[in-house]
Amino acid sequence: MRKIIRDGAIVVDDWLDLDATAPIPPQGKIIVPLARWLEEKPALLARVPRGVGVRLGPDHDPFALASDLPALALIAVEFPVFRDGRGYSIARILRQHLGFRGELRAVGDVLRDQVFYLRRVGFNAFAPRPGLDPEQVLAGLNDFSDAYQPAADDIVPIWRRRQPAPVA
Amino acid sequence: MYVYDRHDQTLIEERVAQFRDQTRRFLAGELSEEEFRPLRLMNGLYIQRHAPMLRIAIPYGLLSAQQLRKLAAIARRYDKGYGHFTTRQNLQLNWPRLEDVPEILAELASVQMHAIQTSGNCIRNITSDHLAGIAADEVADPRPFCELIRQWATLHPEFSYLPRKFKIAVSGAAHDRAAIKVHDIGLLLRKDADGALGFAVYVGGGLGRTPMIGELIRPFLHRRELLPYLEAILRVYNLQGRRDNIHRARIKILVKALGPAEFARQVEAEFERTRQNPDLLLDDDAIAAMQRFFAPPPYDPTAAEERDHLHWLQQDAAFARWYARNTVPHKQPGYRGVFVALKGFGRAPGDMSSEQMEAVADLAERYNFGEIRVTHTQNLLLAHVRERDTHAVWQELNRHQLAAPVIGTLSDMIACPGLDFCALANAGSIDVAEQIRQRFEDLDYLYDLGDLRLNISGCMNACGHHHLGHIGILGVDKRGEEYYQLTLGGRGGLDAALGERLGPAVPKHEVAETVARILETYVALRQPGESFLDTVQRVGIAPFKASVYAEPVSEERAHA
Ligand code: SF4
Repeated sequence: MRKIIRDGAIVVDDWLDLDATAPIPPQGKIIVPLARWLEEKPALLARVPRGVGVRLGPDHDPFALASDLPALALIAVEFPVFRDGRGYSIARILRQHLGFRGELRAVGDVLRDQVFYLRRVGFNAFAPRPGLDPEQVLAGLNDFSDAYQPAADDIVPIWRRRQPAPVA
Repeated sequence: MYVYDRHDQTLIEERVAQFRDQTRRFLAGELSEEEFRPLRLMNGLYIQRHAPMLRIAIPYGLLSAQQLRKLAAIARRYDKGYGHFTTRQNLQLNWPRLEDVPEILAELASVQMHAIQTSGNCIRNITSDHLAGIAADEVADPRPFCELIRQWATLHPEFSYLPRKFKIAVSGAAHDRAAIKVHDIGLLLRKDADGALGFAVYVGGGLGRTPMIGELIRPFLHRRELLPYLEAILRVYNLQGRRDNIHRARIKILVKALGPAEFARQVEAEFERTRQNPDLLLDDDAIAAMQRFFAPPPYDPTAAEERDHLHWLQQDAAFARWYARNTVPHKQPGYRGVFVALKGFGRAPGDMSSEQMEAVADLAERYNFGEIRVTHTQNLLLAHVRERDTHAVWQELNRHQLAAPVIGTLSDMIACPGLDFCALANAGSIDVAEQIRQRFEDLDYLYDLGDLRLNISGCMNACGHHHLGHIGILGVDKRGEEYYQLTLGGRGGLDAALGERLGPAVPKHEVAETVARILETYVALRQPGESFLDTVQRVGIAPFKASVYAEPVSEERAHA
């Protein structure tokens, strides 16, 4: 099975990614596209204890999931290309406006040089683009040890922490 | 000015290490060109016509003498001994080697400088009023807010992959010298009816191929809520700005498509949420702490009593001419703001040699509390020179060809790098600027023409802000030939307007003659004391059109 990064460690992915039509297995954790979740909600809600996650595209409105969040153990946000920055805002909305506490996973064109920012906006899991060495991608999480501004992590802005101006 | 502590320094050094590794991986083939491109752009590195171009950030145009000296040393060591100041108050090096860039960044970091977000689809260098803190018409000094916005925007995790570049300008004065209405966000410091300090917020202004004047979406935003409001604007834009067409991707297109009222409504809805985040609110302590970095330097309260310069103003006509044109009043009695003119003497507007940078750094230390400012008109400013010292400063500037007494005149042109350096150019800018300068060398005529802004861009990306020139010149390509489209009546400021197109483009060698005809028309039509811009506004462009296109300047235009 493929390896992903979760909470700063490389782990075997224990979730099954389903498309719009693939049969839903009775057991195991599954991720379904947003449309399928909305259409088959009653059936999917019944298997919530076994693990259901939803996959959002970059043009999906995260507020569509507002009332469903307690049922969802995972939300995956797609990055069709790493330059498409919409998923960063989606993550902050899910974490900071909607209070989502489950696994927030970046999927698609997920590369080493973006994971530090992705973590700051609230992703705690990363499925690197196939072919990339997860170790290398993991290293990207350490590019910086600090940040200027608040985001979906517990960094206090530097302007609140720093030394006062030297006396002229 | 703002001074780093260990937090800032750590971040900047980690950024250098990160870019060093990214460059190494690119050169080793581990990163594709497509993957490396946005990374290098976010660090100000372009691949240009001849060589890479590195754009170094000068936050809101403010530099220390030590920093300017470092720029001089970098330009000498890694480039050809000069740099180019831009309309966005940054410095460009046109000839660095890609392999050297990590080293250049390390040298910059040693003086609290960097190239972060000087390009790329992210929040760019914040620009401001070059007279901040010294102008009498100021409501409040914009620089503490510029610095807070800079910090909020620097390495922003959410807004580093926006649909397109994003520019913010802040002004704190009655006269807008920061062109806030042609920025993605323009912030104007103002007080509400109760005397509370806050901002009027404009969005969706911009130049480029679809120039637009910004829309006022919030007449008053309390200073405390500045960052939550900016975050709301950026989030709406990040989620909804177009990503399918690079020419439709700026926020101005989104504001236009939704309509300013609907755009404002969506921003307000998001703002209702972002303002709940206490970490983003700027309490008065945080603002006061930042204001201390921009406190006035220790002026001599008796400075106004020393009047030595009055003697020189009477004795030395050249000095008096320079003083009248190249210095500005200061709110502190006995002080003046002194422009360092990066114009004239056959140089490209904004170009400065390493020797000149070092000379100005020396002057700043001796006479100006060690501070230098970059203006968006591609000059420098020594903002706090004692009046009695102006003659000595002038002599020194003169020695280094930095005292062309032309600030604010036709010769104080803005020009982008154009065909000489820029891969996107249709036509030259620098040679056209030189052609015009040579044609109007007579100072008396220049002074008689009065205040005049002439701006030149080498293509419709408008880096030379041609739309805002009283006379704007845009390079276009006509069947492989360099042609120039002229506009009249453009202006920045709170009554900003885009220039109106004069008529068909003219070939390169006719540009100066065309400008001459425009100016002759002005001189003939003006009322006593009326400026060029006022005359254009009063009479419209028809008379100018008539004089320019009445008879061909040369053979080829008759057939063009
Ligand atoms: S206006 Fe065009 S030619 Fe001039 S610097 Fe910008 S992109 Fe290059």
